[in-house]
Amino acid sequence: MKRSRIPLYTTLVCLLFFYLPIIILIVNSFNKSRFGSVWGGFSLRWYQKLMENRDVWFALKNTAIIAVSATIVSMVLGTLAAFALHRYRSRLQNAHYTLVYTPLVVPDILMGMSLLLLFVQVKVQLSLFTIFLAHVTFCISYVAMVVLARLQDFDFSVVEAARDLGASTRQVVTGVLLPLLAPGILAGGLLAFTLSIDDFVITFFVAGPGSTTLPIQIYSMIKHGSPPVINALSTILLAVTFVMVWLSQRLTEEKTTS
Amino acid sequence: MPSTMDTSIQIEGVTKRFGSFAAVDNVSASIARGEVFSLLGPSGCGKTTLLRMIAGFEQPDEGRILLDGEDITDLPPNRRKVNTIFQNYALFPHMTVRDNIGYGLKVAGRAGAEIRSEVDRMLDLIQMGDHAGKKPSQISGGQKQRVAIARALINKPRVLLLDEPLAALDLKLRQRMLIELDNIHDEVGITFLYVTHDQGEAMSLSDTIAVMNKGKIEQTGRPEQIYEAPRSSFVAAFIGDTNFFEGKVTAVLDDEYSRMTIEDLGEVLVFNDKRIQVGSPVHLSLRPEKFRISRESPPENGRTNRLEGVVEDIVYLGSHTRYWVNVKDYRIAVTQQHGRFLLDEKPVAWNDRVFVWWHADDGFMLEQYREDDEELLTSPGE
Ligand SMILES: Nc1ncnc2c1ncn2[C@@H]1O[C@H](COP(=O)(O)OP(=O)(O)OP(=O)(O)O)[C@@H](O)[C@H]1O
Ligand SMILES: [Mg+2]
Repeated sequence: MKRSRIPLYTTLVCLLFFYLPIIILIVNSFNKSRFGSVWGGFSLRWYQKLMENRDVWFALKNTAIIAVSATIVSMVLGTLAAFALHRYRSRLQNAHYTLVYTPLVVPDILMGMSLLLLFVQVKVQLSLFTIFLAHVTFCISYVAMVVLARLQDFDFSVVEAARDLGASTRQVVTGVLLPLLAPGILAGGLLAFTLSIDDFVITFFVAGPGSTTLPIQIYSMIKHGSPPVINALSTILLAVTFVMVWLSQRLTEEKTTS
Repeated sequence: MPSTMDTSIQIEGVTKRFGSFAAVDNVSASIARGEVFSLLGPSGCGKTTLLRMIAGFEQPDEGRILLDGEDITDLPPNRRKVNTIFQNYALFPHMTVRDNIGYGLKVAGRAGAEIRSEVDRMLDLIQMGDHAGKKPSQISGGQKQRVAIARALINKPRVLLLDEPLAALDLKLRQRMLIELDNIHDEVGITFLYVTHDQGEAMSLSDTIAVMNKGKIEQTGRPEQIYEAPRSSFVAAFIGDTNFFEGKVTAVLDDEYSRMTIEDLGEVLVFNDKRIQVGSPVHLSLRPEKFRISRESPPENGRTNRLEGVVEDIVYLGSHTRYWVNVKDYRIAVTQQHGRFLLDEKPVAWNDRVFVWWHADDGFMLEQYREDDEELLTSPGE
C-alpha cells in the first residue's frame, strides 16, 4: 500500500508559510536592487550602508548595554528565586511561584503599560535605566523557570556528600552546586538575552528620549522608508538569535548527572 | 560491657519524628571501636534516618549521639569525623575519579602534592589506578562503589557509615564487593556502621547486628546470637526461616525445661525462658533445619519432641532438601542435609507417613507478636 503523502505536503506548506517571509528578507538583504520585487544581483551594499548608519550603531550600543546588564542581573536573581522555590514549600511559596510565573503569560502590552504607569507615578525619568528595569522583570521569570526545571531533577545527594566530606557551605556552592547547575543557569541567561535584544512592545512604553534600542530603531526606519537596510539589519539579528537559541538548547540538553 | 574507651559511637535515647510519626523511637546503642555494626530491618523501619542523624543530616528531636565520648549531636555534617557511603554513591559527576577521591582533602585546604600522593594510595587500595582520569559516567557500578569508598576513607574518618552500599549492584558483584568491603575493613580497621535489609549481607559482614523494627531496635547481638537465640517473634521471623506454633506454658519443670501445650498437637518440652511464666501465651519458634525427619520412630531419650504427619511436598535444593509435613492443621517446614545415613535408607517420598522430631533445646519460646507484625511472620518460603 502506498503511504499517504498528505502529511508531508502539509508539513512543507507550514514550513514554507513560517519561513518564506524570513527567506525573502534574507535574500533581499543581498539584493542590489532597491525594490524587493526585482533581483538586481548580489551585493553587500545594504550592509555597508548599515555600517555607516550612526543611529543604528547608537541603538545597537543601547541594546547591548541593556541586554547584557539585564541578563546578568536576572541570572543572579532568577537563580536565587528558583532555589527558594525549590527549597521551601509553603502557601507563601505558591504565591511566590505564581508571581514569578505570571510575567511569562501576561501580555507584553499590559506589562509595558503598567511599568510606564509605575515609572510616571514614582516620577522616574524614562531612560536606559527604566528599560533595564523592565527587561529584568520579565527576564527573571525565564531564568527562574529554566533553573527550576533543572533543580527538579537535580540529585541533591551530591550536596550532602560534599558536606559529609567536610565542605563548608561556600565550598559546596562554588565547588559542586554552581558547576553542576551552570548549564541550566547559562541556558536561562541566553534565553533572557535573546528576549531582551528583540523586545519591542515593553521597551516602546518605557523608553525615554535618547534611549532608542535596536527594535525601536528598526521600527522608525521602516516608517521613514529604508527597507533594504532593515533587511540587512534583520538578517544579522536573526543570525545572532539563532546562535543564541542553539547554544541555549545545547546547554539544556547536556546531561550533568551520571 | 565495653568501657567508654572502646566505644566508638554511643546512641542515647535518640528519637526522630516526622510530624507526629516517630521514624526512630527512643533508640539506644553502643558501637564498639573497629567493629562492623549492622542495622538490619525491613523497609521503612528507620535505618536510614538513624544513619543520617549520625552523619548530621538530620537533627534528633530527643537524645544525643556521642563519637568517641564526645557529644556530636549539634555538630554540622562537615565537622564530624564520620563519612558516608551513599546508596546511589553520589559521586560528583563533573569531576574525574581522581578529583572525586581527593575532594575531602581539597576542601580541607591540603597541598596539591599531598593530595596527589594520598589519592594514589587510595587508588591502589581500590585498584582503580587505570581509571583515575575518567568521569563517573564512564565507569561501571562496581567501580563507582569503590570510588565512593575511597572518597569517604581518604578523610580518615573514625566511623564509616554505609547505607545499603550494595543494593544497586547485581548479585555476583554484590558478593564480590562484600568480600572487598570485608578486606577494606580489615585494612583500615575503623568502625563500620552498615545499613541493610539483606540478612545475608549483615550475617556475613557483621560483628554485631541490631535488628530494627518500626523505629526501635528489637535485639542487638552477634550474628549467631541473633539467629540462634532470637528474643522476639519478629527477630525470629525476620532472620532466616522459622516455624511458629501458638501455645501456652503449662509447667516449669526445673531450671532448664518447661512444658507447653500447642493447640491440637499436645504437650511439648521446651527450653526455659526465665521471663515467661506459667499460663502465658507464647510462640514456639522452630527453625526448619533443627528437625529430623524419618519413617522410623526416633529413639526415645526424654529430651526430644516427636510429631507424626504426612509428607505433602518435597523440594530438592541441591545442598539440602525441604520437606513440607502436614501434622493435623499445621504445615511444618523441615530441611535436611543429605548425609550418608539418609542416602542409604530408602528416601522419604510424597505422602509417606513420617515422624519429625527435635531436641527440646532447639525450640524457642517467644512472647506473642503484635497484630501488625503479622505480615512479616509468614511461613518459610517454598
Ligand atoms: N524527610 C522525611 N519526611 C517524612 N517522613 C520521612 C522522611 N524521611 C523518612 N521518613 C519516614 O520515616 C520512616 C523511616 O524511613 P527510613 O528512610 O529511615 O527507612 P529505612 O529503614 O531506611 O527504609 P529502607 O530500607 O526502605 O531504606 C519511613 O516511614 C519514611 O516514610
Ligand atoms: Mg534506607
